[in-house]
Amino acid sequence: MAKKKNVKTSVPSPKVLQELHRKMVRIRRFEESAGKMMEDGKIPGALHLYVGQEAVASGVMQHLSNKDWITSTHRGHGHLVAKGGEFKPMFAELFGRSTGYCRGKGGSMHISNMDLGMLGANGIVGGGPPIAMGAAFSNKFKKNKNVSVAFFGDGASNEGSVHEAANMAALYKLPCVFVCENNGYGEYTPQSRHQAIVDVADRASGYGMPGVICDGMDVMAVYEAAGEAIERARKGGGPTLLECKTYRYYDHVGVRGMGLNYRTDEEVEEWKNKDAIEAFEKRLVQLGVMTKKKIENVHNAINKDIEEAIAFANDSPYPLPEELLDNVYNEET
Amino acid sequence: MSEAENKPGRELPYVMAINEGIREVLREQKDAFIAGEDVAIAGSVYGYCTGLLEEFGEDRVVDTPISEKGIMGLGVGASATGCRPIIDLMFMDFVGECMDEIANQMAKMRFMFGGKATLPVTVLTMGGAGGSLAAQHSQSLEAWLAHLPGMKVVMPSDAYDAKGMIISATRDNNPVFVVLNKASLAMTMEVPEGSYEVPLGEACVRTQGKDLTIVAFGRMVHEAIASVEKLKEIGIEAEVIDARSVQPFDTETVVNSIKKTHRALVVHEAVKFGGIGGEISAQIQEEAFDYLDAPVMRVAAPFSPVPFSPALEQIYIPNADSIVAKVKETLAL
Repeated sequence: MAKKKNVKTSVPSPKVLQELHRKMVRIRRFEESAGKMMEDGKIPGALHLYVGQEAVASGVMQHLSNKDWITSTHRGHGHLVAKGGEFKPMFAELFGRSTGYCRGKGGSMHISNMDLGMLGANGIVGGGPPIAMGAAFSNKFKKNKNVSVAFFGDGASNEGSVHEAANMAALYKLPCVFVCENNGYGEYTPQSRHQAIVDVADRASGYGMPGVICDGMDVMAVYEAAGEAIERARKGGGPTLLECKTYRYYDHVGVRGMGLNYRTDEEVEEWKNKDAIEAFEKRLVQLGVMTKKKIENVHNAINKDIEEAIAFANDSPYPLPEELLDNVYNEET
Repeated sequence: MSEAENKPGRELPYVMAINEGIREVLREQKDAFIAGEDVAIAGSVYGYCTGLLEEFGEDRVVDTPISEKGIMGLGVGASATGCRPIIDLMFMDFVGECMDEIANQMAKMRFMFGGKATLPVTVLTMGGAGGSLAAQHSQSLEAWLAHLPGMKVVMPSDAYDAKGMIISATRDNNPVFVVLNKASLAMTMEVPEGSYEVPLGEACVRTQGKDLTIVAFGRMVHEAIASVEKLKEIGIEAEVIDARSVQPFDTETVVNSIKKTHRALVVHEAVKFGGIGGEISAQIQEEAFDYLDAPVMRVAAPFSPVPFSPALEQIYIPNADSIVAKVKETLAL
């Protein structure tokens, strides 16, 4: 079960390419706007932005329906947007309003939507994979063809919970795909200082599952590699560890960052030169799938949605004091 | 229940009552399964899963690796996605291995998701000292769990309650810890065949008395009942309340008793400092201060890890004699 590098073999249909593009731009615009809203004091708490990693969520989620489950990470907005999350209840949640997906109870780190198959961002690094494994167990138990996908980072790859989930998923041959978004940092610590390996996919053979590495800045590469892994899972072939090499443009948390001296501006610029959206837009034009004008229209339409969603969130009420103790328990019998 | 009516007076040990409880659940609920270490082929180290694999098969009686994070994550993920898992945590002491899955995921998911997730998961676990299993296999950690909003915690003291509470727990739409007691496994009593519930959150008056109320948890109920005979000899009539449920706690039954007896003693096997007895004492003084003729007293283990040597363990665990001594102190005799 040696790891392999994913090699692109075919070009997806124009419809798929346009959807991938739209997903990525929606994430980028949501995140950039959320960052601005935090700077403006509209969003309380902590915000972990997904900017830079859009190709991963988009390429993976293109293969999933609402019946497929995902677990997300600290950096979870992008996963929810790609899974079909709407801007209005997402912004409302980040604003702490009662119209949010979690009625203002979860916020950025716990944003979720069960109807979309999104089992939550997670405030605990490595919190998601055991839950995704459990959801995959559910799918197998109920003999449906749905899969679950656990997103986690290179930092989380050192958590025992991830190893336990991966071992059990392989043992039970569960329809579960482990997507490691290796952005090179566990919080503020570079990968070289938190693990002795370069490729997290190396660990796949230890779990008894295939390991695949793909360029996480290339949405078509992610789309293809994720497609294979998800299809394998759907067909009863068991889990795959898919490592996507990617990068986060912002700091671990927030917009401006904490001014910690852990990476260079040059390194950030180098990765921005490989920006997944810019590269993909050039490709779309080259392939004749979209014109520059059409791409601009997509951006404009999304910007308009963002503006409306922010206005909606801003105008939404805060939860009432009497809602505080709601939903601690399920009172239905 | 017709079978029960056919065989009145059938006696069953605690361990087999657990077995029957699980068996009834797996028969009744098609989405239920049990997963844990050594539960399938071995039938559990305590023997309470004996015969389950044969009756329900590998899909519903699942051996797991020794991976408590994974096992508890399986319970979270599977319950959130439509199954009703019974998770077997072999020793209560192992909650430390999976406290994130318990405290940060299982207990909070519903709240964090704004009430949109339901986790009908039952965790069976074994607490208590008495077998020279030493400091890591003998603890009573129910206060750790009862401190978690979203979690229910029950401690069936006898075979009838063990079976009925397992059935009730699995029908509840919340995470429920059923804390069993290993020193009670061989205790025999009349247990009906078929399915029945023992409500969660309701205490039970075991002996009527007018001089003092003893609130006891788990196996300490039997020590409290044993103390009643000794107290009678010196003319004291104690009312023993089996708390049965730690979270939610049935304050009303306790307060009603104290209105009659005007004195209270709380007994548990966990260490006194930070134990649930402190909480119960506080609730009593908040709710029934005017009825009290004496301070609320506690009998609990000393502030020490559970010792190995039988000579030490014997004096470590509260018993009927230590209860009698504390009752005398409470009554200033």
